[in-house]
Amino acid sequence: MPQITYREAIRHALAEELTRDPNVVVMGEEVAQFNGAYKVTDGLLATFGPTRIVDTPISEAGFIGLGVGASMLGIRPVMELMFWSFYSVAFDQILNNAANVRYMSGGQINCPIVIRGPANGGTNVGATHSHTPENVLANHPGVKVVVPATAYDAKGLLKSAIRDNDPVFFLENTILYGDKGEVPEAEYVIPLGKADVKRVGADLTIVTYGRCVIHSLKAAEVLEKDHGISVEVVDLRTIRPLDFDTVLASVKKTNRVLIVEEQKPFASVGTQLAYMIQREAFDHLDGPIHRLATIDAPAIYSPPVETEQLPNPARVIKAVLAAMA
Amino acid sequence: MSKKPSAIADIKSGSAVKATDYALAPINAALSSPQRIELYRTMIRIRRFEERSLRAYQGKNVSGGTNIGGFLHLYIGQEAVAVGCCSLMGKNDHVITAYRDHGHAIAVGMDTKPLMAELYGKITGCSKGKGGSMHYFAPDKNFWGGHGIVGGQIPLGTGLAYALKYQGKKGAAMAFMGDGAVNQGAVHEAYNLASLWNLPVVFVIENNGYSMGTSQARSSAGQLAKRAEGYNMTWGQCDGHDVYEVRALMDKHLTLAREQSRPSTVEIDTYRYRGHSVADPDNTYRTKTEIEEYRNKKDPIQVSLHKLLAEGVLTEALADKIDAEARAEAESAAEFADASPYPTPDDIQKDVYWESDHPAERKSEGRLFFD
Amino acid sequence: MAQFIDMPKLSDTMTVGTLVKWLKKEGDVINAGDMLAEVETDKATMELESFFAGTLLKIFSAAGAQVAIGDPLCAIGKPGEVVAAPAPKTAASAVATPVAPPAPVAASANVPKPASLPAVPATAPLAPEPAPTVGRVRISPLARKLAAEKKIDVTLVNGSGPGGRIVRADILAAEKNPPATKAGSGSTFTGGALSSRGPVQEERLVPVSTMRGVIAKRMLESTTQIPYVYLDIEMDAGPLLALREQLNTGLEKEGVKLSVNDFILKACADALRRVPAVNASWEATNIRRHGAAHVAFAVAMEDGLITPVIRDAHLKSIFQISTEAKSLGKKAKEKKLVPAEFTGGTFCVSNLGMMGIPKFTAIINPPNAAILAVGTTVTKPVVKNGQIVVGQTLTVTLSCDHRVFDGAVGAQFLGALKTLLESPALLLV
Repeated sequence: MPQITYREAIRHALAEELTRDPNVVVMGEEVAQFNGAYKVTDGLLATFGPTRIVDTPISEAGFIGLGVGASMLGIRPVMELMFWSFYSVAFDQILNNAANVRYMSGGQINCPIVIRGPANGGTNVGATHSHTPENVLANHPGVKVVVPATAYDAKGLLKSAIRDNDPVFFLENTILYGDKGEVPEAEYVIPLGKADVKRVGADLTIVTYGRCVIHSLKAAEVLEKDHGISVEVVDLRTIRPLDFDTVLASVKKTNRVLIVEEQKPFASVGTQLAYMIQREAFDHLDGPIHRLATIDAPAIYSPPVETEQLPNPARVIKAVLAAMA
Repeated sequence: MSKKPSAIADIKSGSAVKATDYALAPINAALSSPQRIELYRTMIRIRRFEERSLRAYQGKNVSGGTNIGGFLHLYIGQEAVAVGCCSLMGKNDHVITAYRDHGHAIAVGMDTKPLMAELYGKITGCSKGKGGSMHYFAPDKNFWGGHGIVGGQIPLGTGLAYALKYQGKKGAAMAFMGDGAVNQGAVHEAYNLASLWNLPVVFVIENNGYSMGTSQARSSAGQLAKRAEGYNMTWGQCDGHDVYEVRALMDKHLTLAREQSRPSTVEIDTYRYRGHSVADPDNTYRTKTEIEEYRNKKDPIQVSLHKLLAEGVLTEALADKIDAEARAEAESAAEFADASPYPTPDDIQKDVYWESDHPAERKSEGRLFFD
Repeated sequence: MAQFIDMPKLSDTMTVGTLVKWLKKEGDVINAGDMLAEVETDKATMELESFFAGTLLKIFSAAGAQVAIGDPLCAIGKPGEVVAAPAPKTAASAVATPVAPPAPVAASANVPKPASLPAVPATAPLAPEPAPTVGRVRISPLARKLAAEKKIDVTLVNGSGPGGRIVRADILAAEKNPPATKAGSGSTFTGGALSSRGPVQEERLVPVSTMRGVIAKRMLESTTQIPYVYLDIEMDAGPLLALREQLNTGLEKEGVKLSVNDFILKACADALRRVPAVNASWEATNIRRHGAAHVAFAVAMEDGLITPVIRDAHLKSIFQISTEAKSLGKKAKEKKLVPAEFTGGTFCVSNLGMMGIPKFTAIINPPNAAILAVGTTVTKPVVKNGQIVVGQTLTVTLSCDHRVFDGAVGAQFLGALKTLLESPALLLV
């Protein structure tokens, strides 16, 4: 099976869906002529032309609102935010219009848009470019939120996202763009709302998603080898809709939980998970639910210190040991 | 010659009667008598609907509870704008507006019963009671709402135009906003995109002189529509009391959009008799005299009535009959709303996701809702 | 060698002191002159000074405890030193732990299941770590669930988790290595040895619960309004135990385990058929003779007792009675019995055999006319065929309402019972 990068996986998904459905339009800053700020859309303009791959001026509220309006008439825009941090300048369009128009019209309209782009820290780009807003997005009924960790997941999930008739927000990671993984050449889709047990274990469940999956898998190797602790890693893949059954089954098996998330702590995704786990698996918990999050401050610039602010394999190991106490 | 009621003297002395008789513009001259009466009838229906909903808002229902909650932004005084613009719509033309949307809703042809029921929050409302006054929608009539955040609908309207062009349809999107919205960033972003990409949208500024309680003079630097020049767009301006005048100007801009796929901005000066919303006491920023002045001299319904009487298209008797029917229609809408049931708590989580409303076709898994 | 710090005499009239609050905790480094705790005397609250330096190894009295002068409060020594709780100067060395006895039906009086009788090791245990709050066990939800399923008393399990929390591993360990109680004849009830140096219990007022109040009222009524006659009889338990073993061996594969009490319930029902005058109730101007023998049995619960009823016991086999008794007993412990299940009995059996009581008298449940108190089987020398041999005896005591029937009738009942239990095969037909 060929090995391609996460970035290529996304590109292939876009290309396949652009080919399959003439209503799909890719739109964003520098996506066409520049070939993408992170080269995700590299080559697409040459293949599909400027009507399908559209460079926008720097006006997120404008072009995302435009995409939402167009989707009401049947266009399926896949809009890129160069950084998900920029969602805040288009908040009204994303979380008032895209999220609510169906509801406010009593179900007469739907907005089959996709907004995609990287949402991550760890690249020393500072506090305003390092946001991970999956918790804020997922808080809004009417939207779907996807955070893939691997090339294989990214491709299958993006195709599902584009085909989905509801607004889907797809959060990638600039650091993961270069990660290689096995991706089949034949077409496949991964349904939204389906988690994936990336590593089977017996002693403790790590519930996680995105780059923290990679950290958790690395930590799990060390924990097995050096500490004899068998960790199960559950990759949510989609935040909303949420595959809670897989989480529940794992917690009931291991009786111990550590949530690992690149999120600032207050009202994060993990906070919601912790509520649900203690609510539905109370009698199966052999200890409190632990959570490893980003250290609670704006993203620091200083490179080595930012590594420590975010979850990393060493911090995961420590957190697992604490949770096993 | 037909009768000239005394009130026409007031109309004449105001600026309502202009040197140019817009009835002569080709787009208006081509109207048949029934079509002209229809313009008048639609305006009067809007007026009576708005009055009836105000009465419902201020009153209580049989059980002593409120009929209408939240906001109610009345269109009284602005009828000629919505009716004039929407009467020009072809099958590929689309409309989107802000929260003062009752006039547009009736002008595109929505039935007033579900409109009133929506105000009452009933399940028979046009948005199943989920939207309320600010969120009327009718996709089948090319009407895309009804939006609450000032200026937020303008990028959406630009998107409608984008879709028309992408799909190769010859049509235009009319994106309405108030005078207060022109300063919103999103509006400027939309202007830029529309002009850069040659989108067939007409941005219509309904300038009623006040954004809530702040006059235009205190809100906006420079003339409102003229800002279009900064984005390489043409613009126009007219008064909004004469439905013929509105049609004459709008026809030009719609043609520009449909035929040449170029956007433009139109500023239509109009007036609202009531406050910004029914909760607006209205006495901090304008005088009663000003309101009376407009009502007596520039009221669009009076202007139209007198024009049609003068043209011999209407008689007093017919005008009265139309008015009576409009009142009856509004009353009947209120009765329908009153008698209709509310949504149940089970309805709260419907119409959130396309997928949860179409479970047989759902492809995703997992929980869409939480508790 | 660790230094013990005892409750000092802080006032001339002081006899006991209350340890209000510890100012240091186990593991702290103590310098001579440091204040260890606040002690309340009859006169005032004083601070307790340490004359020794070292590490505070163990605290023997929890905050709030009343300690007599001279009794040890804590030990100071080298870090890592193991300290055994010294013999208290005042309290007796072994105090029976208040263990909630399992339902008499579930645990056979003769072969107690280890799990249902958590006993404490015979060696003097170390003083337990102080609980964070008095009377509350720190335990994970999972461990609590497992303990309930395995009938392990969590108050006696040591927790290995943070803060002394009991976790799953601790329950599994307690299940694997429960202190062994000897299976065999007679129940060997080893009460727990409480080695806490503190008072017998937390001194406090416990409001009378509804159940307690009802029990109190009914017991008082019964003892004051019924003219009691007590008759006891000793029987040879050998045949009964043998039959039981034989049946249980044969039914083992089907997961059936009959208890001695199951046989006794059946025997009572049959005896009531033979001496029906006992199956009656006093109704002032009438004596109601009951057609059916609805035999109740007493089940101890956390704060009281209840008597689930086996209806129509005279028509049921031992197996049916056993199954029903188990299920009712479980429901009783879970407080899930509905009134239909614990009312309407015509006769009652109270069995303290598994508690090691050889003989006792029970209080009649009105409107019954009698109650049978069953003791433990005792292995002792008996006379058989003129020879002294080792035998197993069982003593039962019948409390009789003399208004309803006389002593002679009671004696007949006991005679019938003895016949049935000494030839227990009669219960099978």
